[in-house]
Amino acid sequence: MATFSFELVSPERLLFSGEVNSVVVPGTEGTLTVLAQHEPFMTSIRPGIITITQADGHHEQHFIRGGFCDVASEGLTILAEQAIPVKDVSEDVLNHEVELAEAEFEASQNPEERRAAAEKLAQIIELRHIPLPW
Amino acid sequence: MASLKDLRNRIASVKATQKITKAMQMVAAAKLRRAQAAAEAARPYALRMNKVLANVGASAQGNPSASPLLIGNGRDKTHLLIVCTAERGLCGAFNSSIARLARDKAKSLMEEGKTVKIICVGKKGQDLLKRQFDKQIIDFIDLRGLKNISFADADGIGQKVIKLFGAGEFDVCTLFFSRFRSVIQQFPTGLQLIPAQIPQGDNVGTTSYTYEPDEEDILSTLLPRNISTQIYSALLENAASEQGARMSAMDNATRNAGEMIKKQTMQYNRTRQAMITKELIEIISGAEAL
Repeated sequence: MATFSFELVSPERLLFSGEVNSVVVPGTEGTLTVLAQHEPFMTSIRPGIITITQADGHHEQHFIRGGFCDVASEGLTILAEQAIPVKDVSEDVLNHEVELAEAEFEASQNPEERRAAAEKLAQIIELRHIPLPW
Repeated sequence: MASLKDLRNRIASVKATQKITKAMQMVAAAKLRRAQAAAEAARPYALRMNKVLANVGASAQGNPSASPLLIGNGRDKTHLLIVCTAERGLCGAFNSSIARLARDKAKSLMEEGKTVKIICVGKKGQDLLKRQFDKQIIDFIDLRGLKNISFADADGIGQKVIKLFGAGEFDVCTLFFSRFRSVIQQFPTGLQLIPAQIPQGDNVGTTSYTYEPDEEDILSTLLPRNISTQIYSALLENAASEQGARMSAMDNATRNAGEMIKKQTMQYNRTRQAMITKELIEIISGAEAL
């Protein structure tokens, strides 16, 4: 299977860099799988889990809180607002995320912001309910 | 001439000072390593961010309806200077060189008849600028309680700046900090944040992107994000520079103290020898007189 280079970066550090078969990305307009030879494409990301299938068939999963996904001819780059390997995500982390999103919702002033915050909150709460595969 | 006891006291006090500067140097060295690692770890993100911005921004730049964060709000009347310095002194010319750069900029802007507003990040910058620009300083952000700077802290500053911009409080925003090159080289830098400076990419315009949601939506989240990223990397560079500057300043101080001790010990020994000789002469001439 054709591979392509993929990088996952958060403001604090570079989390993943290497050749992969596919990456499943939770885009704001729907989940998508990026394979090799994808056309140049860019989307923002909703809070969710990305699944990386490495060239040797290994899977790796990261929880990310928003960001951008940039598919260019040289490969895929994900700029995550925050990224945590799924094995480190516990109930507490998610609860904390929910609290943050709730605070954001409370603080939002205009309806546009309010709608965006509510959407984000719903997405994180939804995440809490799906069984994580660890 | 100073008495022997005075000399002894003076040597002891210089030695005590040397111990302190030595300890500070070692602490700074340890902190530097951590700060440097943090600054380096954050670099890929800033780099990728720039690349993405170069791709997206280049096409939007000519568009008059593009976000004011990108092309400015068309005015150039009020300037906001964000001055990032350290929270502590004793680090050589680190704080004062950043403050000087900001001061020069503020002065030349005021001479052109523009309004200047200043936000100080870090206590030392505020101390240095307070006397001259007391009226211009509109805010002070304290980072003293933080051990490590997290992205959330920088994001907080970024949000504040964007809010001020949205309220029309300023037209152009410049960030002042010190870029870390090496332990002995830090460059005070001024970086324009708003309107954003779009880096010139090599392949601008050659790839046609598909956007989801549309370009404007992405830009409207990307641009504030970029401001926070710039502030974050500035703060990290600053932290590394501060420790580097402190390390070399304390290294100098330790060396100077060493030289002082050497000189004074020499003087102490000479004085002691002179006294012994004097006493001997007194005894001998006393004995001869008998």
